[in-house]
Amino acid sequence: MNDVLDVALRLLVVFVVFLTFPLIVGQTEHKVMAHMQGRLGPMYAGGFHGWAQLIADGVKFAQKEDVVPAGADRRIFQLAPAVALLPYLLVLLAIPIGPGEGAVGQVIDAGVFFVLAVMGVGVLGSLMAGWASANKFSLLGGLRTAAQLLAYELPMLLTAASVAMAAGTVSLVGILDAFEWWWLPWQITGALVFFVAGLAELQRPPFDMPVADSEIIFGAYTEYTGLRFALFLLAEYAGIVVLCGLTTVLFLGGWHGPWGADGLGWVWTLLKTAVLAFVVIWLRVTYPRLREDQLQKLSWTLLVPLSLAQIALTGIVKVVIR
Amino acid sequence: MILAAAAGTAAHATTTTTAAGTHGFLSPTGVEIAFLLVGLVTFGAAVITVTTRQLVHAALWLVVALGGLAVEYLLLTAEFIAWVQVLIYVGSVVVLLLFGLMLTRAPIGRSPDADSGNRWVALAVAVAAAAALVWVVVDAFRTTWIDLDGAPAGSTDVTGASLFQHWVLPFEALSVLLLAALVGAIVLSRKAKADAASGATDTRRDTEGAR
Repeated sequence: MNDVLDVALRLLVVFVVFLTFPLIVGQTEHKVMAHMQGRLGPMYAGGFHGWAQLIADGVKFAQKEDVVPAGADRRIFQLAPAVALLPYLLVLLAIPIGPGEGAVGQVIDAGVFFVLAVMGVGVLGSLMAGWASANKFSLLGGLRTAAQLLAYELPMLLTAASVAMAAGTVSLVGILDAFEWWWLPWQITGALVFFVAGLAELQRPPFDMPVADSEIIFGAYTEYTGLRFALFLLAEYAGIVVLCGLTTVLFLGGWHGPWGADGLGWVWTLLKTAVLAFVVIWLRVTYPRLREDQLQKLSWTLLVPLSLAQIALTGIVKVVIR
Repeated sequence: MILAAAAGTAAHATTTTTAAGTHGFLSPTGVEIAFLLVGLVTFGAAVITVTTRQLVHAALWLVVALGGLAVEYLLLTAEFIAWVQVLIYVGSVVVLLLFGLMLTRAPIGRSPDADSGNRWVALAVAVAAAAALVWVVVDAFRTTWIDLDGAPAGSTDVTGASLFQHWVLPFEALSVLLLAALVGAIVLSRKAKADAASGATDTRRDTEGAR
Protein backbone atom coordinates (compact mmCIF):
# COMPACT_ATOMS: atom_id res chain seq x y z
CA MET A 1 0.00 0.00 0.00
CA ASN A 2 2.87 2.30 0.85
CA ASP A 3 4.43 1.67 -2.57
CA VAL A 4 1.19 2.46 -4.33
CA LEU A 5 0.88 5.66 -2.33
CA ASP A 6 4.48 6.57 -3.18
CA VAL A 7 3.95 6.01 -6.91
CA ALA A 8 0.65 7.90 -6.87
CA LEU A 9 2.24 10.81 -5.05
CA ARG A 10 5.16 11.02 -7.49
CA LEU A 11 2.81 10.89 -10.48
CA LEU A 12 0.66 13.58 -8.92
CA VAL A 13 3.65 15.86 -8.28
CA VAL A 14 4.95 15.40 -11.82
CA PHE A 15 1.47 16.08 -13.19
CA VAL A 16 1.11 19.25 -11.15
CA VAL A 17 4.56 20.43 -12.30
CA PHE A 18 3.53 19.61 -15.86
CA LEU A 19 0.39 21.74 -15.53
CA THR A 20 1.84 24.72 -13.66
CA PHE A 21 5.42 25.24 -14.88
CA PRO A 22 4.53 25.78 -18.55
CA LEU A 23 1.96 28.36 -17.44
CA ILE A 24 4.54 30.13 -15.31
CA VAL A 25 6.94 30.18 -18.26
CA GLY A 26 4.15 31.46 -20.48
CA GLN A 27 3.23 34.27 -18.10
CA THR A 28 6.92 35.15 -17.67
CA GLU A 29 7.19 35.31 -21.44
CA HIS A 30 4.25 37.72 -21.63
CA LYS A 31 5.79 40.03 -19.05
CA VAL A 32 9.45 39.75 -20.07
CA MET A 33 8.69 40.29 -23.75
CA ALA A 34 6.50 43.24 -22.90
CA HIS A 35 9.15 44.92 -20.77
CA MET A 36 11.87 44.26 -23.32
CA GLN A 37 9.68 45.95 -25.93
CA GLY A 38 8.77 48.90 -23.71
CA ARG A 39 5.22 47.69 -22.95
CA LEU A 40 3.54 46.52 -19.79
CA GLY A 41 1.98 43.27 -20.98
CA PRO A 42 -1.18 41.87 -19.40
CA MET A 43 -2.15 44.02 -16.41
CA TYR A 44 -5.85 43.39 -15.67
CA ALA A 45 -6.69 39.68 -15.35
CA GLY A 46 -6.46 38.64 -11.70
CA GLY A 47 -5.60 42.10 -10.48
CA PHE A 48 -1.91 41.99 -9.64
CA HIS A 49 0.10 42.54 -12.84
CA GLY A 50 -2.23 40.31 -14.82
CA TRP A 51 -1.12 37.10 -13.16
CA ALA A 52 -4.28 35.25 -14.19
CA GLN A 53 -3.99 36.12 -17.88
CA LEU A 54 -3.12 32.58 -18.99
CA ILE A 55 -5.91 31.08 -16.88
CA ALA A 56 -8.31 33.47 -18.59
CA ASP A 57 -6.80 32.41 -21.93
CA GLY A 58 -7.37 28.77 -20.99
CA VAL A 59 -11.02 29.44 -20.13
CA LYS A 60 -11.42 31.25 -23.43
CA PHE A 61 -9.87 28.38 -25.38
CA ALA A 62 -12.09 25.84 -23.61
CA GLN A 63 -15.20 27.77 -24.60
CA LYS A 64 -14.34 27.98 -28.28
CA GLU A 65 -15.84 25.66 -30.84
CA ASP A 66 -13.72 22.66 -31.75
CA VAL A 67 -13.60 22.82 -35.55
CA VAL A 68 -12.37 20.00 -37.76
CA PRO A 69 -12.02 21.02 -41.42
CA ALA A 70 -14.25 19.11 -43.83
CA GLY A 71 -11.35 17.87 -45.92
CA ALA A 72 -9.20 16.85 -42.97
CA ASP A 73 -8.33 13.36 -41.84
CA ARG A 74 -10.57 13.46 -38.78
CA ARG A 75 -9.02 10.98 -36.43
CA ILE A 76 -5.38 11.94 -37.00
CA PHE A 77 -6.30 15.62 -36.84
CA GLN A 78 -7.87 15.06 -33.42
CA LEU A 79 -5.14 12.76 -32.15
CA ALA A 80 -2.23 15.06 -33.04
CA PRO A 81 -2.34 17.44 -30.01
CA ALA A 82 -2.18 14.50 -27.61
CA VAL A 83 0.81 13.04 -29.45
CA ALA A 84 2.52 16.42 -29.27
CA LEU A 85 1.85 16.96 -25.57
CA LEU A 86 2.12 13.61 -23.78
CA PRO A 87 5.81 12.89 -24.51
CA TYR A 88 6.84 15.95 -22.49
CA LEU A 89 4.80 14.66 -19.54
CA LEU A 90 6.70 11.37 -19.75
CA VAL A 91 10.06 13.12 -19.99
CA LEU A 92 9.33 15.13 -16.84
CA LEU A 93 9.07 11.81 -14.99
CA ALA A 94 12.75 11.11 -15.59
CA ILE A 95 14.31 14.50 -14.76
CA PRO A 96 15.89 14.53 -11.28
CA ILE A 97 15.58 17.82 -9.44
CA GLY A 98 17.52 16.97 -6.30
CA PRO A 99 19.97 14.42 -4.89
CA GLY A 100 18.79 10.99 -3.85
CA GLU A 101 15.93 8.68 -4.77
CA GLY A 102 13.23 11.00 -3.50
CA ALA A 103 13.69 13.81 -5.98
CA VAL A 104 12.98 12.11 -9.29
CA GLY A 105 9.72 10.72 -10.66
CA GLN A 106 11.24 7.46 -11.83
CA VAL A 107 14.93 6.51 -11.99
CA ILE A 108 15.54 5.21 -15.49
CA ASP A 109 18.70 3.30 -16.21
CA ALA A 110 19.13 4.62 -19.74
CA GLY A 111 17.78 8.05 -18.82
CA VAL A 112 19.51 10.12 -21.51
CA PHE A 113 18.23 7.80 -24.22
CA PHE A 114 14.77 7.77 -22.70
CA VAL A 115 14.38 11.54 -22.63
CA LEU A 116 15.79 12.12 -26.11
CA ALA A 117 13.77 9.25 -27.60
CA VAL A 118 10.51 10.40 -26.07
CA MET A 119 11.12 14.06 -26.97
CA GLY A 120 11.63 12.99 -30.57
CA VAL A 121 8.20 11.33 -30.54
CA GLY A 122 6.56 14.64 -29.68
CA VAL A 123 7.46 16.05 -33.07
CA LEU A 124 5.30 13.37 -34.68
CA GLY A 125 2.35 15.36 -33.34
CA SER A 126 3.29 18.39 -35.44
CA LEU A 127 3.81 16.18 -38.48
CA MET A 128 0.42 14.52 -38.03
CA ALA A 129 -1.24 17.92 -37.54
CA GLY A 130 0.50 19.31 -40.62
CA TRP A 131 -0.57 16.48 -42.85
CA ALA A 132 -4.06 15.84 -41.52
CA SER A 133 -5.23 19.47 -41.75
CA ALA A 134 -5.57 19.30 -45.54
CA ASN A 135 -4.14 22.79 -45.80
CA LYS A 136 -1.17 23.95 -47.87
CA PHE A 137 0.26 26.09 -45.08
CA SER A 138 -0.07 23.23 -42.65
CA LEU A 139 1.64 20.81 -45.00
CA LEU A 140 4.48 23.31 -45.49
CA GLY A 141 4.74 23.67 -41.73
CA GLY A 142 4.85 19.90 -41.31
CA LEU A 143 7.56 19.59 -43.95
CA ARG A 144 9.66 22.27 -42.30
CA THR A 145 9.15 20.61 -38.92
CA ALA A 146 10.40 17.31 -40.27
CA ALA A 147 13.40 18.87 -42.03
CA GLN A 148 14.31 20.78 -38.88
CA LEU A 149 14.01 17.70 -36.69
CA LEU A 150 16.19 15.64 -39.02
CA ALA A 151 18.86 18.34 -38.97
CA TYR A 152 18.91 19.08 -35.25
CA GLU A 153 18.36 15.65 -33.72
CA LEU A 154 21.92 14.61 -34.56
CA PRO A 155 23.88 17.40 -32.78
CA MET A 156 21.56 17.03 -29.78
CA LEU A 157 22.28 13.32 -29.53
CA LEU A 158 26.01 13.76 -30.05
CA THR A 159 26.38 16.38 -27.31
CA ALA A 160 24.27 14.30 -24.92
CA ALA A 161 26.54 11.38 -25.75
CA SER A 162 29.53 13.56 -24.90
CA VAL A 163 28.19 14.14 -21.37
CA ALA A 164 27.40 10.45 -21.03
CA MET A 165 31.00 9.69 -22.00
CA ALA A 166 32.30 12.15 -19.43
CA ALA A 167 30.18 10.66 -16.67
CA GLY A 168 30.61 7.06 -17.74
CA THR A 169 26.87 6.45 -17.46
CA VAL A 170 23.69 7.23 -19.40
CA SER A 171 21.56 7.54 -16.31
CA LEU A 172 20.54 11.14 -15.58
CA VAL A 173 20.93 10.57 -11.85
CA GLY A 174 24.32 8.92 -12.43
CA ILE A 175 25.49 11.86 -14.54
CA LEU A 176 24.59 14.27 -11.73
CA ASP A 177 26.32 12.08 -9.15
CA ALA A 178 29.51 12.15 -11.22
CA PHE A 179 29.38 15.90 -11.91
CA GLU A 180 32.36 18.09 -10.99
CA TRP A 181 32.48 21.87 -11.37
CA TRP A 182 35.22 21.75 -14.05
CA TRP A 183 32.83 19.91 -16.38
CA LEU A 184 31.30 23.31 -17.00
CA PRO A 185 34.22 24.70 -19.08
CA TRP A 186 34.98 21.21 -20.39
CA GLN A 187 31.50 20.66 -21.84
CA ILE A 188 30.60 24.28 -22.62
CA THR A 189 30.60 23.75 -26.40
CA GLY A 190 28.35 20.75 -26.00
CA ALA A 191 26.05 22.72 -23.73
CA LEU A 192 25.63 25.52 -26.28
CA VAL A 193 25.06 23.09 -29.13
CA PHE A 194 22.56 21.08 -27.07
CA PHE A 195 20.62 24.19 -26.08
CA VAL A 196 20.52 25.60 -29.61
CA ALA A 197 19.51 22.25 -31.10
CA GLY A 198 16.85 21.88 -28.42
CA LEU A 199 15.45 25.32 -29.28
CA ALA A 200 15.29 24.27 -32.91
CA GLU A 201 13.52 21.04 -31.99
CA LEU A 202 10.94 23.01 -30.01
CA GLN A 203 10.53 25.42 -32.97
CA ARG A 204 11.15 28.41 -30.77
CA PRO A 205 12.33 31.68 -32.29
CA PRO A 206 14.76 32.20 -33.96
CA PHE A 207 14.13 28.65 -35.19
CA ASP A 208 10.37 29.06 -35.68
CA MET A 209 10.39 28.62 -39.44
CA PRO A 210 7.84 25.74 -39.19
CA VAL A 211 5.27 27.94 -37.44
CA ALA A 212 6.28 31.32 -38.93
CA ASP A 213 3.00 33.10 -38.29
CA SER A 214 3.65 36.00 -40.62
CA GLU A 215 4.37 33.68 -43.51
CA ILE A 216 2.64 30.31 -43.26
CA ILE A 217 0.18 31.30 -40.53
CA PHE A 218 1.35 29.05 -37.72
CA GLY A 219 2.16 26.16 -40.03
CA ALA A 220 0.88 22.84 -38.77
CA TYR A 221 -1.52 24.51 -36.33
CA THR A 222 -3.30 26.76 -38.85
CA GLU A 223 -6.56 24.80 -38.75
CA TYR A 224 -6.66 24.17 -35.01
CA THR A 225 -9.08 25.97 -32.74
CA GLY A 226 -10.09 25.99 -29.11
CA LEU A 227 -8.76 23.41 -26.72
CA ARG A 228 -6.67 21.49 -29.24
CA PHE A 229 -4.79 24.63 -30.21
CA ALA A 230 -4.27 25.35 -26.51
CA LEU A 231 -2.80 21.86 -26.12
CA PHE A 232 -0.25 22.60 -28.86
CA LEU A 233 0.69 25.84 -27.11
CA LEU A 234 0.96 23.98 -23.81
CA ALA A 235 3.22 21.45 -25.53
CA GLU A 236 5.51 24.26 -26.65
CA TYR A 237 5.85 25.66 -23.14
CA ALA A 238 6.15 22.21 -21.56
CA GLY A 239 8.91 21.68 -24.12
CA ILE A 240 10.71 24.78 -22.86
CA VAL A 241 10.51 23.49 -19.28
CA VAL A 242 11.80 20.07 -20.35
CA LEU A 243 14.62 21.47 -22.49
CA CYS A 244 15.81 23.87 -19.78
CA GLY A 245 15.57 21.12 -17.16
CA LEU A 246 17.53 18.73 -19.34
CA THR A 247 20.24 21.28 -20.13
CA THR A 248 20.49 21.99 -16.41
CA VAL A 249 20.81 18.31 -15.56
CA LEU A 250 23.20 17.37 -18.34
CA PHE A 251 25.50 20.39 -18.52
CA LEU A 252 24.98 22.75 -15.59
CA GLY A 253 25.22 20.23 -12.76
CA GLY A 254 21.55 20.12 -11.75
CA TRP A 255 21.30 20.22 -7.97
CA HIS A 256 25.02 20.96 -7.48
CA GLY A 257 25.71 24.49 -6.38
CA PRO A 258 28.36 26.53 -4.58
CA TRP A 259 26.63 25.79 -1.26
CA GLY A 260 23.69 23.99 0.25
CA ALA A 261 23.63 21.10 -2.21
CA ASP A 262 22.29 18.69 0.42
CA GLY A 263 19.10 20.30 1.58
CA LEU A 264 18.48 22.90 -1.10
CA GLY A 265 19.60 21.02 -4.21
CA TRP A 266 16.17 21.33 -5.78
CA VAL A 267 16.36 25.12 -5.45
CA TRP A 268 19.51 25.12 -7.56
CA THR A 269 17.85 22.97 -10.21
CA LEU A 270 14.81 25.22 -10.37
CA LEU A 271 16.96 28.36 -10.37
CA LYS A 272 19.12 27.18 -13.27
CA THR A 273 16.04 26.00 -15.18
CA ALA A 274 14.38 29.38 -14.64
CA VAL A 275 17.45 31.27 -15.85
CA LEU A 276 17.58 29.11 -18.98
CA ALA A 277 13.87 29.65 -19.58
CA PHE A 278 14.52 33.38 -19.35
CA VAL A 279 17.27 33.01 -21.95
CA VAL A 280 14.81 31.19 -24.22
CA ILE A 281 12.41 34.13 -23.97
CA TRP A 282 15.23 36.63 -24.38
CA LEU A 283 16.36 34.95 -27.60
CA ARG A 284 12.82 35.15 -28.93
CA VAL A 285 12.74 38.89 -28.46
CA THR A 286 16.28 39.45 -29.70
CA TYR A 287 16.79 37.47 -32.89
CA PRO A 288 14.92 37.54 -36.19
CA ARG A 289 13.69 34.31 -37.70
CA LEU A 290 16.23 32.22 -39.59
CA ARG A 291 15.48 31.29 -43.19
CA GLU A 292 15.10 27.59 -44.02
CA ASP A 293 18.48 27.32 -45.77
CA GLN A 294 20.16 29.22 -42.93
CA LEU A 295 18.60 26.77 -40.50
CA GLN A 296 19.95 23.76 -42.33
CA LYS A 297 23.34 25.37 -42.84
CA LEU A 298 23.68 26.25 -39.16
CA SER A 299 23.00 22.68 -38.16
CA TRP A 300 25.04 20.76 -40.69
CA THR A 301 28.04 23.05 -41.06
CA LEU A 302 28.33 24.40 -37.53
CA LEU A 303 26.52 22.39 -34.87
CA VAL A 304 27.36 18.90 -36.10
CA PRO A 305 31.13 19.60 -36.47
CA LEU A 306 31.15 21.39 -33.11
CA SER A 307 29.46 18.47 -31.38
CA LEU A 308 31.89 16.02 -33.00
CA ALA A 309 34.77 18.19 -31.78
CA GLN A 310 33.24 18.18 -28.33
CA ILE A 311 33.08 14.37 -28.36
CA ALA A 312 36.73 14.21 -29.43
CA LEU A 313 37.69 16.63 -26.64
CA THR A 314 35.69 14.63 -24.11
CA GLY A 315 37.41 11.42 -25.22
CA ILE A 316 40.90 12.94 -25.03
CA VAL A 317 40.39 14.48 -21.59
CA LYS A 318 38.79 11.28 -20.37
CA VAL A 319 41.80 9.22 -21.44
CA VAL A 320 44.31 11.74 -20.06
CA ILE A 321 42.77 12.03 -16.59
CA ARG A 322 42.25 8.29 -16.18
CA MET B 1 4.17 5.94 -25.69
CA ILE B 2 2.08 6.17 -22.56
CA LEU B 3 1.24 2.55 -23.24
CA ALA B 4 4.94 1.79 -23.38
CA ALA B 5 5.64 3.50 -20.10
CA ALA B 6 2.66 1.90 -18.41
CA ALA B 7 3.67 -1.55 -19.60
CA GLY B 8 7.25 -0.83 -18.61
CA THR B 9 6.35 0.07 -15.06
CA ALA B 10 3.97 -2.87 -14.91
CA ALA B 11 6.84 -5.09 -16.02
CA HIS B 12 9.09 -3.70 -13.32
CA ALA B 13 6.44 -4.35 -10.74
CA THR B 14 5.67 -7.91 -11.76
CA THR B 15 9.13 -9.20 -12.70
CA THR B 16 10.34 -8.69 -9.18
CA THR B 17 7.57 -10.78 -7.72
CA THR B 18 7.75 -13.66 -10.19
CA ALA B 19 11.51 -13.87 -10.46
CA ALA B 20 11.93 -17.26 -8.86
CA GLY B 21 8.79 -18.88 -10.31
CA THR B 22 8.75 -22.13 -12.22
CA HIS B 23 9.38 -22.00 -15.95
CA GLY B 24 6.41 -23.62 -17.59
CA PHE B 25 5.92 -22.88 -21.27
CA LEU B 26 3.79 -19.77 -21.30
CA SER B 27 2.76 -20.05 -17.69
CA PRO B 28 0.26 -17.26 -17.38
CA THR B 29 2.20 -14.72 -15.35
CA GLY B 30 1.48 -11.05 -15.74
CA VAL B 31 4.56 -10.38 -17.83
CA GLU B 32 3.80 -13.16 -20.27
CA ILE B 33 0.19 -12.12 -20.70
CA ALA B 34 1.33 -8.54 -21.27
CA PHE B 35 3.97 -9.77 -23.70
CA LEU B 36 1.40 -11.71 -25.71
CA LEU B 37 -1.10 -8.88 -25.76
CA VAL B 38 1.46 -6.31 -26.84
CA GLY B 39 2.69 -8.81 -29.42
CA LEU B 40 -0.82 -9.10 -30.83
CA VAL B 41 -1.15 -5.31 -31.01
CA THR B 42 2.24 -5.05 -32.72
CA PHE B 43 1.31 -7.78 -35.19
CA GLY B 44 -2.03 -6.17 -35.93
CA ALA B 45 -0.41 -2.78 -36.49
CA ALA B 46 2.18 -4.35 -38.77
CA VAL B 47 -0.50 -6.08 -40.85
CA ILE B 48 -2.45 -2.83 -41.17
CA THR B 49 0.78 -1.04 -42.15
CA VAL B 50 1.20 -3.21 -45.23
CA THR B 51 -2.47 -3.54 -46.14
CA THR B 52 -3.89 -0.03 -45.67
CA ARG B 53 -4.48 2.00 -48.82
CA GLN B 54 -3.72 5.30 -47.09
CA LEU B 55 -0.01 6.03 -47.35
CA VAL B 56 0.40 8.28 -44.32
CA HIS B 57 -1.76 5.98 -42.23
CA ALA B 58 0.65 3.19 -43.10
CA ALA B 59 3.54 5.26 -41.75
CA LEU B 60 1.61 6.05 -38.57
CA TRP B 61 0.65 2.42 -38.02
CA LEU B 62 4.34 1.67 -38.44
CA VAL B 63 4.88 3.93 -35.41
CA VAL B 64 2.47 1.73 -33.43
CA ALA B 65 4.22 -1.44 -34.61
CA LEU B 66 7.71 -0.15 -33.80
CA GLY B 67 6.52 1.24 -30.46
CA GLY B 68 4.96 -2.12 -29.63
CA LEU B 69 8.28 -3.75 -30.40
CA ALA B 70 9.96 -1.34 -27.99
CA VAL B 71 7.48 -2.40 -25.30
CA GLU B 72 8.35 -6.03 -26.01
CA TYR B 73 12.02 -5.22 -25.48
CA LEU B 74 11.12 -3.57 -22.19
CA LEU B 75 9.22 -6.67 -21.11
CA LEU B 76 12.30 -8.74 -21.94
CA THR B 77 14.31 -6.43 -19.60
CA ALA B 78 16.27 -4.98 -22.54
CA GLU B 79 15.69 -1.39 -21.46
CA PHE B 80 18.55 0.16 -23.42
CA ILE B 81 17.53 -1.54 -26.67
CA ALA B 82 13.95 -0.44 -26.12
CA TRP B 83 14.81 3.26 -25.85
CA VAL B 84 17.22 3.07 -28.78
CA GLN B 85 14.41 1.46 -30.76
CA VAL B 86 12.15 4.42 -29.99
CA LEU B 87 14.91 6.95 -30.63
CA ILE B 88 16.07 5.57 -33.97
CA TYR B 89 12.94 4.08 -35.49
CA VAL B 90 10.04 6.11 -34.14
CA GLY B 91 11.97 9.35 -33.72
CA SER B 92 14.04 9.34 -36.89
CA VAL B 93 13.17 6.67 -39.44
CA VAL B 94 9.43 7.32 -39.36
CA VAL B 95 10.01 11.08 -39.43
CA LEU B 96 12.19 10.58 -42.50
CA LEU B 97 9.47 8.42 -44.04
CA LEU B 98 6.77 11.01 -43.33
CA PHE B 99 9.05 13.73 -44.70
CA GLY B 100 9.50 11.76 -47.90
CA LEU B 101 5.77 11.12 -48.20
CA MET B 102 4.82 14.75 -47.60
CA LEU B 103 7.48 15.95 -50.01
CA THR B 104 6.29 13.73 -52.85
CA ARG B 105 2.60 12.92 -52.50
CA ALA B 106 0.51 12.25 -49.49
CA PRO B 107 -3.15 12.64 -50.42
CA ILE B 108 -5.73 12.46 -47.66
CA GLY B 109 -7.84 9.40 -48.29
CA ARG B 110 -7.09 6.31 -50.30
CA SER B 111 -4.42 5.88 -52.95
CA PRO B 112 -5.78 3.06 -55.13
CA ASP B 113 -2.63 3.03 -57.26
CA ALA B 114 -0.34 2.49 -54.28
CA ASP B 115 -0.35 -1.24 -54.86
CA SER B 116 2.43 -2.92 -56.77
CA GLY B 117 0.62 -6.12 -57.71
CA ASN B 118 3.29 -8.22 -56.05
CA ARG B 119 1.03 -8.91 -53.10
CA TRP B 120 1.33 -12.69 -53.12
CA VAL B 121 5.07 -12.76 -53.80
CA ALA B 122 5.60 -10.28 -50.98
CA LEU B 123 3.45 -12.38 -48.67
CA ALA B 124 5.46 -15.52 -49.54
CA VAL B 125 8.77 -13.75 -48.89
CA ALA B 126 7.50 -12.30 -45.63
CA VAL B 127 6.21 -15.65 -44.39
CA ALA B 128 9.46 -17.38 -45.38
CA ALA B 129 11.58 -14.73 -43.66
CA ALA B 130 9.40 -14.81 -40.55
CA ALA B 131 9.52 -18.62 -40.43
CA ALA B 132 13.29 -18.67 -40.77
CA LEU B 133 13.77 -16.02 -38.06
CA VAL B 134 11.32 -17.62 -35.64
CA TRP B 135 12.89 -21.01 -36.20
CA VAL B 136 16.42 -19.72 -35.60
CA VAL B 137 15.45 -17.76 -32.48
CA VAL B 138 13.41 -20.59 -31.01
CA ASP B 139 16.15 -23.10 -31.75
CA ALA B 140 18.84 -20.89 -30.24
CA PHE B 141 17.08 -19.71 -27.11
CA ARG B 142 14.55 -22.47 -26.40
CA THR B 143 15.91 -23.27 -22.93
CA THR B 144 17.37 -19.88 -22.07
CA TRP B 145 15.66 -17.98 -19.31
CA ILE B 146 16.40 -14.46 -18.18
CA ASP B 147 17.82 -14.43 -14.67
CA LEU B 148 15.95 -11.69 -12.93
CA ASP B 149 17.80 -11.99 -9.62
CA GLY B 150 21.16 -10.65 -10.80
CA ALA B 151 21.87 -7.45 -12.68
CA PRO B 152 19.27 -6.78 -15.39
CA ALA B 153 20.40 -8.65 -18.49
CA GLY B 154 19.48 -5.77 -20.80
CA SER B 155 20.74 -2.78 -18.85
CA THR B 156 23.01 -0.30 -20.60
CA ASP B 157 26.00 -1.58 -18.64
CA VAL B 158 25.54 -5.22 -19.62
CA THR B 159 24.61 -4.41 -23.23
CA GLY B 160 27.67 -2.19 -23.66
CA ALA B 161 30.00 -4.74 -22.11
CA SER B 162 28.83 -7.58 -24.32
CA LEU B 163 28.76 -5.36 -27.41
CA PHE B 164 32.29 -4.05 -27.01
CA GLN B 165 33.87 -7.20 -25.55
CA HIS B 166 32.31 -10.17 -27.34
CA TRP B 167 30.81 -8.62 -30.45
CA VAL B 168 33.24 -5.82 -31.23
CA LEU B 169 34.25 -7.20 -34.64
CA PRO B 170 30.70 -7.44 -36.04
CA PHE B 171 30.08 -4.00 -34.55
CA GLU B 172 33.05 -2.52 -36.40
CA ALA B 173 32.07 -4.31 -39.61
CA LEU B 174 28.58 -2.83 -39.32
CA SER B 175 29.95 0.65 -38.76
CA VAL B 176 32.11 0.32 -41.89
CA LEU B 177 29.02 -0.81 -43.80
CA LEU B 178 27.08 2.22 -42.59
CA LEU B 179 29.97 4.50 -43.49
CA ALA B 180 30.02 3.04 -46.99
CA ALA B 181 26.27 3.64 -47.29
CA LEU B 182 26.76 7.24 -46.12
CA VAL B 183 29.53 7.92 -48.61
CA GLY B 184 27.47 6.25 -51.34
CA ALA B 185 24.48 8.44 -50.59
CA ILE B 186 26.61 11.59 -50.79
CA VAL B 187 28.18 10.49 -54.06
CA LEU B 188 24.78 9.71 -55.58
CA SER B 189 23.26 13.01 -54.52
CA ARG B 190 26.22 15.04 -55.81
CA LYS B 191 26.10 13.28 -59.17
CA ALA B 192 22.39 13.93 -59.54
CA LYS B 193 23.01 17.60 -58.78
CA ALA B 194 25.63 17.89 -61.51
CA ASP B 195 23.28 16.24 -64.02
CA ALA B 196 20.37 18.51 -63.29
CA ALA B 197 22.17 21.83 -63.27
CA SER B 198 19.15 23.61 -64.67
CA GLY B 199 16.92 21.97 -62.08
CA ALA B 200 19.17 23.26 -59.33
CA THR B 201 18.68 26.86 -60.39
CA ASP B 202 14.93 26.25 -60.38
CA THR B 203 14.96 25.04 -56.80
CA ARG B 204 17.11 27.98 -55.80
CA ARG B 205 14.56 30.32 -57.24
CA ASP B 206 11.88 28.41 -55.32
CA THR B 207 13.62 28.85 -51.98
CA GLU B 208 14.17 32.50 -52.75
CA GLY B 209 10.48 32.78 -53.47
CA ALA B 210 9.65 31.12 -50.15
CA ARG B 211 11.08 34.07 -48.34
